[in-house]
Amino acid sequence: MSIISRGFSGRRPQVDDSSRLPAGQYLTLDFPVLSAGPTPRLRLDEWSFQIRGLGDVPRSWSWEEFTALPTETVTVDIHCVTKWSKFDTVWTGVSVDLLLGEDFGAARFVTAFCDGGYTTNLPIEEVTGGKAWVAYQYDREPLDPQHGGPARLLVPHLYFWKSAKWVRGLELHTEDKPGFWETYGYHNHGDPWREQRYSGD
Amino acid sequence: MAGTAVLGRLNWLAAKVTEVRPETERVRSIVFECPGWDGHMAGQHVDVRLTAEDGYQAQRSYSIGSAPEDDQLVLTVERLQDGEVSPYLVDVLEAGDELEMRGPIGRYFVWEDSMGGPLLMIAGGSGVVPFRAMLRHRVAAHSTVPTRLLYSSRSLDDAIYREELEGLAVHDEIDIRFTLTRAQPTGWKGYGRRIDREMLAEVSWSPVGRPRIYICGPTAFVEMAAGSLVELGHDPFLIRTERFGPTS
Repeated sequence: MSIISRGFSGRRPQVDDSSRLPAGQYLTLDFPVLSAGPTPRLRLDEWSFQIRGLGDVPRSWSWEEFTALPTETVTVDIHCVTKWSKFDTVWTGVSVDLLLGEDFGAARFVTAFCDGGYTTNLPIEEVTGGKAWVAYQYDREPLDPQHGGPARLLVPHLYFWKSAKWVRGLELHTEDKPGFWETYGYHNHGDPWREQRYSGD
Repeated sequence: MAGTAVLGRLNWLAAKVTEVRPETERVRSIVFECPGWDGHMAGQHVDVRLTAEDGYQAQRSYSIGSAPEDDQLVLTVERLQDGEVSPYLVDVLEAGDELEMRGPIGRYFVWEDSMGGPLLMIAGGSGVVPFRAMLRHRVAAHSTVPTRLLYSSRSLDDAIYREELEGLAVHDEIDIRFTLTRAQPTGWKGYGRRIDREMLAEVSWSPVGRPRIYICGPTAFVEMAAGSLVELGHDPFLIRTERFGPTS
C-alpha cells in the first residue's frame, strides 16, 4: 500500500499510448547524458571492434571495415534506469547477429567492453535474434561522443545502461560475469518491463 | 552501517518529513525520519516515489546531502522549471508529511576516508549536494585527507550550504573555493567566471599526486570539467562523474 502524497497531483505522461511507458518511467523529449567518467576521445583510425572469446583468433574490424558492413536503421523506444524514457529514437548500425555469426560454441553470455573501462554483461539470447545493434549513427548523423560515439551498443529492450557507450567489442563467456553497474548495485538483467532497476528487484 | 553491501531487494520505506530548510530561493533541504534505513555511503542517492490520490505515481532520484555519521537523513532538492516532482518537494511538502523512499543507490560515485586522497570535488549548482555528504563524512571520520572543493554557482545567494562550506575552512587541509558566474558581490576575491581549464589547473593538484576527482553538475559542466582535467594529465580512471539535466 503506497502512501498518498498530500497535495501531489503529478503530471500524467503526455503520450498517446501510455502502454509504451514502463512503470516508474517518465517521457522526455531531451536526450539526457549519464556516464560514470570522462567522455573518451578517440581518433577513428585508432578504433576497432572486436569479437573475442570464440576460438583462438578474435575477429576484428577497423572503423573503415566496420562502417562498410551492412547496416540496419531502427526506430525504438529507450528506457534509462534513472527514470527517463524517450520514444521513437532512430539509430543506424550493424546488427549483433551479423557480428557474432551463428556458432557461439559453449558461450552463453557476452560482456561488452568499452573505451573508458566500462563493461556490461548480457545473455547471448538478449543480443541476438534482431534485438541488438552496434550503432554509430543517431538520427542519421554521426553519434555524438557524449552519447557514446563513435559507436555504442544498442539493446533497447533493456534499461539503457546495457547499451554500452564507446563500445569496442564483445567478449563471449560460458559463465555470466557482472559488468560495471551490475557490480555497483544495479540489476543483473535490467528489464524495464519488470522494473529490474537494482540488485534484488 | 555505512558501506554495507545491499544484497537483498531495496524496499520502499515510509519516510516522514521532520523539517524543511530553505537553502536558496530555488533549493530546499528536507530532513527525514526513515525507519528501516540501513545507512549509506557519502555520494549515494535515493529514489523518491510520490503517489497521487488516484494512485498515479512518479519516481525520481535525489542525492543524499547528509553524511553516513549524521543522525538524520537529508535530501537537498532544487526546483526544476517544468519539473513534475521537484516543485512538489520544494514548495508543497511540509514537516509531518510522508513519502516513499528506497536506497541507497549507486556505489561508484562515493568517497570514504579509507579510499584516501587527495580528494578533489568539482560542483556545479545543485551538484554540490553529494559533496556536502563527503565533506561531512570527512570531518566526522577525523580524516586527514587533503580536500578541495571548487563550487560554481550563479551568485553567492545561489550557493547552497554556503555558510556551512565557509565554516569548513577552519579545518586544516580543507580548501573551499567558490566561483560566481553571474553576479559577484563588491570586493569579491574568489573566481568570477565559469569553470575553465585555467581555473582547474590552479585548483587541482598535480596529476603526479593522483588525486581522486569527483565532478557533479549539469551535463555540459561535467563534460567541460572532466575533459579539461584529462587534458591536464589526470588519469581518466580517477575521475568519477555524475551528470544531470538535459543536454540541449
